[in-house]
Amino acid sequence: MGRMKFLCDAERCIECNGCVTACKNEHEVPWGVNRRRVVTMNDGVPGERSISVACMHCSDAPCMAVCPTDCFYKTEDGVVLHDKDKCIGCGYCFFACPFGAPQFPNGPAAFGARGKMDKCTFCAGGPEETGSQAEYDKYGSNRLAQGKLPLCAEMCSTKALLAGDANVVADIFRERVLRRGTGAEVWGWDAAYGGGERKQERKREGRS
Amino acid sequence: MSTPILKRLTLLAVASGLLGGLAACSEVPQVTVYEQGQYSGKTDTRPWEGGAFNGDREAWEKALRERARGQSEYNRIQ
Repeated sequence: MGRMKFLCDAERCIECNGCVTACKNEHEVPWGVNRRRVVTMNDGVPGERSISVACMHCSDAPCMAVCPTDCFYKTEDGVVLHDKDKCIGCGYCFFACPFGAPQFPNGPAAFGARGKMDKCTFCAGGPEETGSQAEYDKYGSNRLAQGKLPLCAEMCSTKALLAGDANVVADIFRERVLRRGTGAEVWGWDAAYGGGERKQERKREGRS
Repeated sequence: MSTPILKRLTLLAVASGLLGGLAACSEVPQVTVYEQGQYSGKTDTRPWEGGAFNGDREAWEKALRERARGQSEYNRIQ
């Protein structure tokens, strides 16, 4: 198995926040913590684009590099996880992360004013017994051990958010882009779900 | 005859009791020594170990690959 990755197709994301809701529900994430969120650029104007963002499980993760307690580790499948028992809630990882993935719960916390850091686990749980209550309480559901992909991607209605082995995800996106076609005439539905190639064929044949 | 042996046994029991009591007073290190660049937390089991796959890595990889491919609607309509 290679590396687990997320990929969000901005042409397809409709800012429904289904991924955010799925994540919060699956892991019973507390108030004030959003492991995943949808970011919209140029909201309300032509050319508006949305993208779903969470931990990108970086190959060379800056959170791992800056952590003073070395509580981060990377699994064989490239998923970046951390041990909450070692986390001191210093917030260095939050400053280092270019995606704002590390989250800190509000209110009374177990350790430090900000509490333990919480972030997307790629639905892979954490360093506790697989499927145990302790794992669920600290890190959330371990869907990967059940042979399932992260729920945010599986729940995505337009399949804008893809998850899985980087090679498989890249193949899916490559095929999508080929069907999509290129040029100014390809936009909206055609760009999202294909059809641009047919338009270009018609254009080449002079049928416009 | 048996008195010296009993005495020795009693002494041994008392000594071991004292040693045990002293051990309980020992101090657990309060400061963790972190090693630079080394993961210091608990070890995690791999996803195919335990749970649904019982160590069958190939079955786990196959299940995930199929699931990932299922995300492409073009595969589903063909």
